[in-house]
Amino acid sequence: MKAYLTRRYRFSAAHRLHNESMSERENRATYGKCNNPYGHGHNYALEVTVSGQVDGRTGMVCNLEDLDGVVEREVLERFDHSNLNCLPEFAREIPTTENLCVQIYDLLRQNFVLAQVENVRLEETMMNSFEYGGGDVRH
Amino acid sequence: MKKTVYLTRKAEFSASHVYHNPTLSAEENRAVFGKCNNPHGHGHNYVLEVTVKGEVDPRTGFVLDLKQLKDVLHREVLEAFDHRHLNLEVPEFKNQIPTTENIAIAIWKRVAPKLKVASLHRVRVFETPDLFVDFYGEE
Repeated sequence: MKAYLTRRYRFSAAHRLHNESMSERENRATYGKCNNPYGHGHNYALEVTVSGQVDGRTGMVCNLEDLDGVVEREVLERFDHSNLNCLPEFAREIPTTENLCVQIYDLLRQNFVLAQVENVRLEETMMNSFEYGGGDVRH
Repeated sequence: MKKTVYLTRKAEFSASHVYHNPTLSAEENRAVFGKCNNPHGHGHNYVLEVTVKGEVDPRTGFVLDLKQLKDVLHREVLEAFDHRHLNLEVPEFKNQIPTTENIAIAIWKRVAPKLKVASLHRVRVFETPDLFVDFYGEE
């Protein structure tokens, strides 16, 4: 029996949205306040959804501690209390929440093998959120 | 693989309405709509979540400019619905009962044609924190 499990995490990070290949005016027009030169921060809320068969012996899709361990190591340690613009992950990409969401999904797909990583949902503020489930397929 | 990201923006509006179908008798209206049929109407703080989907533009890192989405929601939905009596002041509900279902459909029809870059994926309307409706467009 397949079930979906979602776990919620939090981290805080700074970013600045700025594209070197655009003029100052274009950057300002595209990113508005998010282009302010010294950056700003958010408290992100992350929801990771995994799926799998419910194990007959444990009654679980996967052990939450295993998921927590991978999210802690791959996502929280990497991004929490960091300045996203200074990380190698964003050396060639603007650290929008769209791109951060895709990166987190890719990191978890590569590193969490005990259940299927289905979807990553990232709240940037209480009013905005972003979701990525890989390609064009929505589960 | 296409990187389709889903972006959700929230907005809030407060409005009054009454559920009453003039083709039903007073007794039938009461039976179908209960308290929602009280003649002088009642109100809710609605929470709207609009989800759009699209590919991440490599130049900006955005699916679309959130400010444009916010402006569309403000112009097309909030200005028409917020602090209004839906039955009396919103044209869609002159001949249609302003149930949460019909509100979600009306919002879809207002917002979908105004989006240039990304496409509308889902309109979710919370009537109360315990009740919401999702509309994904015509099947």
